[in-house]
Amino acid sequence: MTRFFDSDIFYAFRTSPVAVVSATVTVLMVLAAVFAPLIAPTNPFDPSSLNLMNGFTPPMEPNAFTGDSFLLGTDDQGRDVFSTILYGMRISLFVGVAAVLFAMVLGIFLGLLSGYVGGWTETIIMRAADVQLTFPSILVAMLIFGVAKGVTPVEYRDQMAIWVLILAIGLSDWVQFARVVRGATLVEKSKDYVAAARMIGRSPLTIMVRHILPNVLSPVLVIATISLALAIIAEATLSFLGVGAPPTQPSLGTLIRIGQGFLFSGEWWILFFPACTLLALALAVNLLGDWLRDALNPRLR
Amino acid sequence: MTEPVLSIRNLTVDIPTRRGLFKPVENVSYDIRPGEIRGVVGESGAGKSMTGNAVIGLLDPPARIAEGEIWLNGRRIDQLDAEEKRKIRGKEIAMIFQDPLTSLNPLFTVGAQLVETIQLHLGLNQADAKKRAIDLLDRVRIPNPEERFDQYPHQFSGGMRQRVVIALALCSEPSVIVADEPTTALDVSVQAQVLDLIKELARERQVGVILVTHDMGVIADTTDQVTVMYSGRVVEQGATAQILGAPQHEYTKSLIAAVPRPQVKLHRFPQVSYGGRETTFKIEDLARNWDRSTTSQSGTLLQVEGLTKRFLSKGALLPSRREYFTAVDNVSFDIKDGEVFGLVGESGSGKSTVARMIATLYPVDGGKITFDGEEMTAMDKEGIARYRRQIQMIFQDPYSSLNPRMSVGDIVAEPLIHHKILPRAEVGARVRELLDRVGLASDAHRKYPHEFSGGQRQRISIARALATQPRFLICDEPTSALDVSIQAQILNILKDLQEYLGLTMLFISHDLPVVRQMCDRVGVMRQGKLVEVQETGALFENPQSDYTRELLDLMPRLEQLSEEEFAGLREQG
Repeated sequence: MTRFFDSDIFYAFRTSPVAVVSATVTVLMVLAAVFAPLIAPTNPFDPSSLNLMNGFTPPMEPNAFTGDSFLLGTDDQGRDVFSTILYGMRISLFVGVAAVLFAMVLGIFLGLLSGYVGGWTETIIMRAADVQLTFPSILVAMLIFGVAKGVTPVEYRDQMAIWVLILAIGLSDWVQFARVVRGATLVEKSKDYVAAARMIGRSPLTIMVRHILPNVLSPVLVIATISLALAIIAEATLSFLGVGAPPTQPSLGTLIRIGQGFLFSGEWWILFFPACTLLALALAVNLLGDWLRDALNPRLR
Repeated sequence: MTEPVLSIRNLTVDIPTRRGLFKPVENVSYDIRPGEIRGVVGESGAGKSMTGNAVIGLLDPPARIAEGEIWLNGRRIDQLDAEEKRKIRGKEIAMIFQDPLTSLNPLFTVGAQLVETIQLHLGLNQADAKKRAIDLLDRVRIPNPEERFDQYPHQFSGGMRQRVVIALALCSEPSVIVADEPTTALDVSVQAQVLDLIKELARERQVGVILVTHDMGVIADTTDQVTVMYSGRVVEQGATAQILGAPQHEYTKSLIAAVPRPQVKLHRFPQVSYGGRETTFKIEDLARNWDRSTTSQSGTLLQVEGLTKRFLSKGALLPSRREYFTAVDNVSFDIKDGEVFGLVGESGSGKSTVARMIATLYPVDGGKITFDGEEMTAMDKEGIARYRRQIQMIFQDPYSSLNPRMSVGDIVAEPLIHHKILPRAEVGARVRELLDRVGLASDAHRKYPHEFSGGQRQRISIARALATQPRFLICDEPTSALDVSIQAQILNILKDLQEYLGLTMLFISHDLPVVRQMCDRVGVMRQGKLVEVQETGALFENPQSDYTRELLDLMPRLEQLSEEEFAGLREQG
């Protein structure tokens, strides 16, 4: 641990205000999402705790009928916007992280395989990647989502929605992991330590996992961070379009979709606060990813 | 005595780091007179290139000149602003870099690059500039300069390109040229031509040259004055003949003594003892529990017959349309039990390819390899596994041959675990023993490769190679990435391996003096073919083929130093 605090990367982190601020924001938001049930004043998904009379309460003002006051106001059904944001962020982050992990595992596996084995394996994997890149990833996600929705029975749809979302975003995102890992694998493969391992008689799988994989992880880490921001936005986009998280389990995107219906009737807070949260979250993660890329790239130091 | 064109006074360069001020160059002073070549020699990290960069005003921030003065033709230049320095650079001071592959722009013709530089500095019109460019190409001995003028850099060989770079440096009639390791990336035969050219041009045009190098042979052959640097300071400087003939400083003495000689074969290499970096390694201790029960019956351990390797140069779907390049062409030799067999040749001669085929890293395209009476090329999976246990390899580049993400202990343990040589519980102790025997500190197994220097890494490589108790060791240019001072150490370990453990070795090198010291027999390769195989002594004294003779003639020598003086040095060192 002391070694970590003494390392160059930690020093670079400490001396970069952007990195410190964005990391602080990210950590705070993740903590708020994880501990949402403890922090949130109400549980927005418990119908018994809702009072329809509280609907459309503006932020920091007592409700005309009940006299209840809410930090960020309430939506049409009287749900506390602050609480829905915390719960929504939970779903957004969970979907984002899970989708990136899924894309990362798939991309690393296919990238390592095509880089190390080469030949036909490589041709097939990389051409498939090229084909997928010709479609916008949001379209790929919608396609997967639509197919999955078609084959699941109606009664499971809402439960399955989150998992389908993860699968859809993950599948549309593996290509860049595969490309970067393949490129890095080609470089590492030609180094003598791989030759040394082959001379010992290590199997290709052992060489890929034990020798090459740890050496290609730093670019993967950078892409994963930037992808996380993109995945959160992709999830929000899908949910905004109505093909993502259902209204019973709203994510930030769903909240924005609900809120935009009331924007022109004066209830701006229902849209404004979830949108700001999404912006802050995506921006913080993205800046952190940018900083990480510069810090891990020795040529830019 | 003529006035110096360039004079450096008490130059100190420092780099502020977060752990305090680091001074890569400290208090360096020297003068260069017109037509004089000053060699700056020292190991990597001694600050020799940094001094050159300070002179041409190309220090990378945060490095900066902290103290001292640099005078060029009677004008102080170290305090000029960036714009004025840029004007001087290229016009009055020119430079030649190490790698001719990257110092020319591949997208422009050689002529265009020359004309651009000439016009920039001398303001000639297009036609005059072209005339001058062709004249310069001719001056650096490029045949058919008119024709070559319109060609691109990739159409030139490495040596020719370096000559074009020299022509570029001469464009503006500079008074000083800084040449930073100008021949390190070149083969011996090309190196000699380029050095001759630099020597001639310096005399002819009265240009002062700073020649930065780590090669004592180049210093002896080329320079008039020499500056020896060690960790940022000048330890000794003066006329080359005097410094090489009668070095005063301990470091210079051991540096000169460490240069391998082609003339005589010594039992051990003299080590550089300066700076308390001498390491003790105890290979003889390994001999006690070394399994030597297997010695080959016939006396021949490895036999290579008609070995051929082709690489695909143009791929195609149909096998008949594919084109191949023959890297190794029908090579046959055999290596006796306990012998060190050398393989020499220029880069691209196929010597490493032969080694990699023996090491099972490349599939064999033709011919057969027989190890201890068994044909490796016909072995099944288990046979190959047994074979691999007995053959190990030490690679050229110690920076890429160790996995940077594995601890040194894990690296050395890997072959032990894979071949199940020891029960898991005993592996740790064995690894520590191996590391200790090659002279590494007792906590080395917990560290990672980047915490070690090049020489130490090469010793880790050796420890890993010894883990399986192999009978045959392939050394592919094991010291060419190392400084002379560390080279001796590694070569001594290898000699001990042969002496105490009876290891048979295939030793690949382009450095003939090293080969003379290490090998019992030598094969010379050229363009994939084996030209000559002889006993080492006979090869050096009485080469049979013209090519070998040519290689021997081009070898840089420390001629200023007679054998007696050298023997005297060794006793002192």
